[in-house]
Amino acid sequence: MTPSPVEARSTVEAPSVTEEDRASAPEVIPLIEVRDLCKSFGPRAALSNVDLDIFAGQLLALLGPNGAGKTTLLRILATLSKPTSGSIRYEGVDMTREGTTLRRRIGLLSHQSLLYEDLTAHQNLAFYAIMYDLAEPEERISEMLRRVGLEDRREDLVRTFSRGMQQRLALARALLHRPSVLLLDEPYSGLDPRVTAMLSDLLAELREEGCTIVMTTHDLPQGLALGRRIVVLRRGRIVYDAPRDQVDERDFPRLYDELTD
Amino acid sequence: MGFLRKVGAIIAKDIAAELHTREMVSAMLVFAALALLIFSFALDLQGRAARAAAPGVLWSTVSFAGVLGLSRSLAREQLNGCIEGLLLAPVDRSAIFFGKAIGNLAFIVTVELALLPLAAVLFSAPLLKPAVLLVVALGTIGYAGAGTLLAAISVNTRAREVLLPVLLLPVVVPALIAAVRATTGLMEGASLTDVAGWVNLLVAYDLVMVAVSMLTFSYVVEE
Amino acid sequence: MREARRDVLGLALALASALLLLVAIGLVFGYAPRELTMGEVQRIFYFHVPSAWVGFLGFFVTFVAGILYLVRQERRWDILAMASVEVGLTFITMAVITGALWARPVWGTYWTWEPRLTISAVQLLLYVAYLMLRGASDNPAAGARFAAVYGIVAFVTVPLSWFAIRWWRTIHPDILTGGEGMAMTPRMVQTLMFSLLAFTIFYLTLLRQRVRLENARDALARLRELADSRRR
Repeated sequence: MTPSPVEARSTVEAPSVTEEDRASAPEVIPLIEVRDLCKSFGPRAALSNVDLDIFAGQLLALLGPNGAGKTTLLRILATLSKPTSGSIRYEGVDMTREGTTLRRRIGLLSHQSLLYEDLTAHQNLAFYAIMYDLAEPEERISEMLRRVGLEDRREDLVRTFSRGMQQRLALARALLHRPSVLLLDEPYSGLDPRVTAMLSDLLAELREEGCTIVMTTHDLPQGLALGRRIVVLRRGRIVYDAPRDQVDERDFPRLYDELTD
Repeated sequence: MGFLRKVGAIIAKDIAAELHTREMVSAMLVFAALALLIFSFALDLQGRAARAAAPGVLWSTVSFAGVLGLSRSLAREQLNGCIEGLLLAPVDRSAIFFGKAIGNLAFIVTVELALLPLAAVLFSAPLLKPAVLLVVALGTIGYAGAGTLLAAISVNTRAREVLLPVLLLPVVVPALIAAVRATTGLMEGASLTDVAGWVNLLVAYDLVMVAVSMLTFSYVVEE
Repeated sequence: MREARRDVLGLALALASALLLLVAIGLVFGYAPRELTMGEVQRIFYFHVPSAWVGFLGFFVTFVAGILYLVRQERRWDILAMASVEVGLTFITMAVITGALWARPVWGTYWTWEPRLTISAVQLLLYVAYLMLRGASDNPAAGARFAAVYGIVAFVTVPLSWFAIRWWRTIHPDILTGGEGMAMTPRMVQTLMFSLLAFTIFYLTLLRQRVRLENARDALARLRELADSRRR
């Protein structure tokens, strides 16, 4: 039972979307539209005039050096943060207003595990199952625990888990509610090798199912390997935005260095 | 319905976590019992003086011990960024507030229920009356509401838990005065109607604090 | 730049304060009658009461500014709230000190649980807590939000504390409850009102200066940020 947005299927099959494409095929509208987004923390501008289209079913690799604003942008996409100005729309709906309903469809995997250490693996997932109003929670929990290889530890406290196990459970938590938009903040950094493989498998499956993925990373080869769309942020501004097949992978590292000083 | 279910889930989660570790309630309980003993020694209370001082000592102790529990409860949400897990979910922010506040209320009341008999014995004070239990409950509601909000603030500052008593104690002054006066009256044989003025003040305090805390909670936890 | 021009309003307020305060002092010592039971020391009353009221006014301003900040998210409300706390703290401290100084010769003790003095002490603690909270935030945006929330929560407890303290002191009336027991002649009322006016204008003067100081700090921070980004 894998729900997938109908439009996503057709977008996955379609060729990369260029400006001309967009003009001539207006029915391919972006899932998430970011327009003139600005975010400041006091006098410091973290994001300035960001315009971005995120299409359903795409994996967008968000590259950039530390402090470029990748995490800030991701948090705004996750509705954890509000923009200072500008708009961000999900299927035409203003995200800052309809946050609660949209959260059902959005998942975030961040540096923090978002797990309660004083609860068991099962209790953690059961709690989130209620928070997301999941139907048949027990089945889904068992399924996710199987997928991440933790079913024999389901009654153990998360505090007793190794780092790799916590990462796996965090994955299970992020995907529990079958988000149609998955946001990943440098998911591969600091990851156990076994978990890396698991993550890649899960991501491949999600892409098959038409899930929209936005992944931040400062690892260029990885971003190029996975992303169907490459976006580079520098000091809160987008300095590069192109479909993957327009990127020359031999030249890109040099280009990236140039773009990011 | 979903709202109540989620509030219940948050309370259940906190109780489950506490059952696994028993850190919070035991810390509060031990601290409170020690405080009662220390007050007894330090004030050299005997006989009538002890009885007269009992309500004041009891409520002061609860005010201080409660801070420990509140800090711990909100710190649990900070660890591993769990509060963001809650904010990411399609949950009303007020549901998060009520879930945490009711859970905190339950923990503090548990400690109070253990404390009352102890104080009754130490101070030879007739505290074990149903009306006193009502006053205890009323006094704790406003405390837990404001305390949950202020703990959510203090846990996000550099000073962390240390700031909470500074923020909370001046804010509970009305409830403290009312609760002590009501308890004293009841202890000396007055009926509930006699201390109605104080009880009404407690109810007013509870309503105001819970309302204000609920309304401002989202501004504290959300960015 | 706006800041470079002479601050006409600020200057006017400062002059008005100076004038009003001088006149107020004159009234207190020259115009107001000598009180029957307490003698000359009673004249502290004309400084004590307005200090307490203005301290409360400061708290109220912080309360309103806090609400406006949360709703509008505009920095200027945050600045107003903070400025009002700092200035209000000065007045409330004066209220507590003058109260204690008054109590000593009259009742032989520095502290009494007199309602106004007690509520001033409670407000003082709340003000100090507010400032400690402001000092403890690393993230300025979060710090402003927290402070606004605390300003609101703290203020709503003040009327409740007031009632609690008053009822408490009426069941335990001791000879130490003063102030309310004093009968006031028209001259005394006039002096009190004038003193209150003078103190309020003084509060506004200090408030304006503190707000301007913070605005200047903000402007400096913006310029620094601009210079840093150019350099990069």
